Amino acid sequence: MKKIGVFVCWCGSNIAATVDVKAVVEAVKKEPNVVLAEDYQYMCSEVGQNKMISAIKDYNLDGVVICSCSPRMHETTFRRAAEKAGLNPFMVEVANIREQCSWIHKEMEEATEKAIILARTAIAKVLLNAPLQSGESKVTKRALVIGGGIAGIQSALDIAEAGFEVDLVEKKPSIGGKMSQLDKTFPTLDCSACILTPKMVDVATNKNINIFAYSEIEEVSGFVGNFKVKIRKKARYIDETKCTGCGACVEKCPSKKTPNEFNEGLNNRTAIYIPFAQAIPYKPTIDASACIKMKTGKCGICEKFCGVGAIDYNQKDSFVEREYGAIVVATGYNIINLDRFNELGYSDCKDVITSLEFERLTNAAGPTKGHLICPSDGREPQKIVFVQCVGSRGTRSCDKQYCSKICCMYTAKHAMLLREKHPETEVYVFYIDVRTPGKNYDEFYRRAVEQYGVHYIKGQVGKVIEKDGHLEVQASDLLSNEQLHLDADLVVLAAAIEPDPTARKIATMLTASMDTNDFFTEAHAKLKPVESPTAGIFLSGMCQGPKDIPETVSQAGAAAVKVIGLLSKDTLKCNACVASPNENMCNGCSLCATVCPYGAITYVEKDFRIPGGVVKRRVSQVNEAICQGCGACTVACMSGAMDLKGFTNKEIMAEVESVCK
Amino acid sequence: MQKISAEMKKRASELLASGEVSRVIGWAEGDFCYDCSPATFTAENIDKLVYTDFCGANLSKYLIKESKKEGKILVFLKPCDTYSFNQLIQEHRIVRENIYVIGIPCDGKLDYDKFKFFDIEGVLGAESNGNELTVDTIYGKKTVNKEEVMLEKCLCCKGKKHMVYDELIGEEGELKESSRFSMVEKLEAMTEDERYAFWQGELSKCIRCNACRNVCPACSCENCVFDNPESNIASKANANEFEEKLFHIIRAWHVAGRCTDCGECSRVCPQNIPLHLLNRKFIKDMNTFYGEYQAGEDTETRAPLNSYKLNDREAYEFDKEGK
Amino acid sequence: MQVENKEFKPKIVAFCCNWCSYAGADLAGSSRLSYPAEVKIIRIPCSCRLNPMFILKAFQRGADGVILCGCHPGDCHYTTGNYFARRRMTTLFSMLNYLGIEKERTRVEWVSAAEGAKFSVVMNDFVKTITELGENKRLEDLRCKR
Repeated sequence: MKKIGVFVCWCGSNIAATVDVKAVVEAVKKEPNVVLAEDYQYMCSEVGQNKMISAIKDYNLDGVVICSCSPRMHETTFRRAAEKAGLNPFMVEVANIREQCSWIHKEMEEATEKAIILARTAIAKVLLNAPLQSGESKVTKRALVIGGGIAGIQSALDIAEAGFEVDLVEKKPSIGGKMSQLDKTFPTLDCSACILTPKMVDVATNKNINIFAYSEIEEVSGFVGNFKVKIRKKARYIDETKCTGCGACVEKCPSKKTPNEFNEGLNNRTAIYIPFAQAIPYKPTIDASACIKMKTGKCGICEKFCGVGAIDYNQKDSFVEREYGAIVVATGYNIINLDRFNELGYSDCKDVITSLEFERLTNAAGPTKGHLICPSDGREPQKIVFVQCVGSRGTRSCDKQYCSKICCMYTAKHAMLLREKHPETEVYVFYIDVRTPGKNYDEFYRRAVEQYGVHYIKGQVGKVIEKDGHLEVQASDLLSNEQLHLDADLVVLAAAIEPDPTARKIATMLTASMDTNDFFTEAHAKLKPVESPTAGIFLSGMCQGPKDIPETVSQAGAAAVKVIGLLSKDTLKCNACVASPNENMCNGCSLCATVCPYGAITYVEKDFRIPGGVVKRRVSQVNEAICQGCGACTVACMSGAMDLKGFTNKEIMAEVESVCK
Repeated sequence: MQKISAEMKKRASELLASGEVSRVIGWAEGDFCYDCSPATFTAENIDKLVYTDFCGANLSKYLIKESKKEGKILVFLKPCDTYSFNQLIQEHRIVRENIYVIGIPCDGKLDYDKFKFFDIEGVLGAESNGNELTVDTIYGKKTVNKEEVMLEKCLCCKGKKHMVYDELIGEEGELKESSRFSMVEKLEAMTEDERYAFWQGELSKCIRCNACRNVCPACSCENCVFDNPESNIASKANANEFEEKLFHIIRAWHVAGRCTDCGECSRVCPQNIPLHLLNRKFIKDMNTFYGEYQAGEDTETRAPLNSYKLNDREAYEFDKEGK
Repeated sequence: MQVENKEFKPKIVAFCCNWCSYAGADLAGSSRLSYPAEVKIIRIPCSCRLNPMFILKAFQRGADGVILCGCHPGDCHYTTGNYFARRRMTTLFSMLNYLGIEKERTRVEWVSAAEGAKFSVVMNDFVKTITELGENKRLEDLRCKR
């Protein structure tokens, strides 16, 4: 027979003034299994805890019930004390007779009666409790960062600085991301490359960081502390170990007609190319779809001019399998495709460009060496119209409902820089609202308006059409309630941003959840903003939601700190109250896995003895390192095979029966 | 029907002879022609295979055990049975590689119990011609309107389209609209007291024979909660009114979102309890609340109860529009 | 026996999720916001842990009303638990009502850890509703009645 000890706390007068603690002690003494019932003024005090500890030893108790304040207050205290006495901490139950009883009831008779019921209920539960052990799992002390933009770079650097190995995987030939394409950064107007490229060099020279550029994630398995990831290194058709990055191949390549992605297609590049001057790694890549040798078999010029024999047209994709303790997702963003915004003329008029194209056109390292021209005929624009919220904050099917957040500020930056460099130009900005929260942001925007004379017009642009080599912008001015027809030389669209399309695939592999916009969801919107609900997966940068560079860098650092915290542990202690399937009853139907928010449930085929032989059955398995113990699976399970340790069906039903008595 | 039956026998024999399948699940006649039940066949007894208007039973559930055995098995599935088949595939209960599915046409199966309303006895056979059913009895031939003697489930036929098959006998059919929720709606329109009285009356007839559970393709747990003393709700018989309700509520709940509305529960109930009205209530609610969903239509779509939307209705709103 | 004269005191079982509603109940307590002693709280990790069997068990054992309290949609500690719970309870309660069980007997309320006042208001209201509705006769098990 199990021996239970019950302690009723007075909590000074907090409980004892309304609940007749002596009566509770007398009542529970009559309960079967209760070998000891006592009351004490402050059970949470050291004296109180010691009372419990010595009782556990003296009476050889199997379980303890403390009738006191809320378990949210002192359950951990009492469980620790039990552990000291050699009793499994999960053999302690707390009956909440303060918050749920003495503090809300005034009549002593009523409160005492309820306290007795609550005590009996805790006794009923503790009688069914089983000692639980928290599992432990090892931690692989290496991190994976997916995405080599500023978010990934910052996370990788911070983790590496703390002494842990980091693999940085980037799908493009060079790390650097969108930031490497930008000209200047708000609100300080420092040159983007000047602040980014030193960081890229730091990544390249950091001994703890391995760069896997031009590589993609192929497969992910495992769980927090123990991820196994297969990385596909796409063929560059260059032996990177031999290549010195001299660039002779790029210079001689006769295939020169491929739109240059880095310059947003504003000029062309060769088939063998290095995306930009500060690329890291500084090694060329052959674009197989443009390479004459690879298409026709004739050419081979780059091979001829390569002094070290690094060209390898037969190179194949290769695979690397690595283990990681934590993964940072920094997959970044793209601007949306504007094909569905016909009214703004992006597809038809060459002089309607996106803000990112504008960045390239004003960048000294860009296709025009920073000389702003109209792409159609190369003339210098005199009148420039910026259109805000193109595809952001909209309700049509082609629109994003969210605010892209960065556009107001970069447009103010563009307008300001334009007026500074070309004071003769007229600059108009059409906006719905100007949103400038952030340190020195509103001041920056006001400078654009007040000091630089940028014309801000509240209203939306309805149409942009080409007319006699000029653009006509039709818009409404909401403040004066007028329809405007403006002639313009250049129209710049602040296109909405969206998560990179590869993110969805990666999320699926990581079993990390995404919202309807394909942004990764955080474990808690306020309190766990850099953690994914899937343990061991952390979020950095735009993949989690629109944000500017300062915010991205802070989040990247925060994600790195979480990774460092995780990797600094040798083992992880798992939650003890986890789901646990009874494989004899399991149907293998997968219903439990469909509701698990953590991807903690997997299935195996197992042999089972049946009368007259053996049968193979699919049964579920819970990874205790991942399960957080919500219990969603237990209700999805029809057969009752899935149960939750610490909150078992039987335990809860015993409580129900007890409170209804 | 005889033509189809002959074709089925022919294909089964061919597939058995070629060794492509080693066993066949179909229907065999008992002592009487209206007494058709599921049976397995091999080359030795394949001539006993029948397919008549009395073959109402859904064969998919038998595959749970049969498809795990050695060798491939041939199964004949009527259009409505294919939904259960898909549902079992989705839940990994049957081994698809071990099964060869022949889809067979169906134009409604008969409920022998309804013959008594037309004083038809001593039935020797029945042949339908459109909506006209000619019953051959020892007292001679009788003609009735087929709909009057069809199984409840066939009156709300989902259509003649097979959701899955390896081979089809007859033409590819089409889905059709049915008014299967009309009785649910009628009950919903009643007052709480009237509904309570209705179900009290119906469920009190339950003798806990477990036929509904045993025939249901969705009720296929390795160990049913009602048989498992550890579940705290196990019972062998309905001790009182509460247990009658408990059994049927939990059973309907456990198949909610998984029930394909195959109607087998009501077909086999010896007490003629309209059990399908419980399942259909769940189906109707889930359709109304969360969008149209037909279990077993495919093998991928998540059932409504294992899915969610951020703006789902709240529980206390259910009576605003749901009824 | 004086049973006849005794006024009807309903038995109410309140399932509260550990993270929001149980904390909300604690806050009601520490704010001294009273609600009737008929309400007994059972702590579950998440609203999605509530198995319909527990609800039926409660009615069988003599409960007159069952209420589930969980985190507000969007605030679930486990991110999605209350979304599943919401669908489950919506359909289950609709079914119970279809069987003629008074719909007032079952309820779902979202109570955050900051909503001590709401917890108290909800419980007072629920007890009042059930007291007016009377004893649970339609899902009772006479063997369990005292």
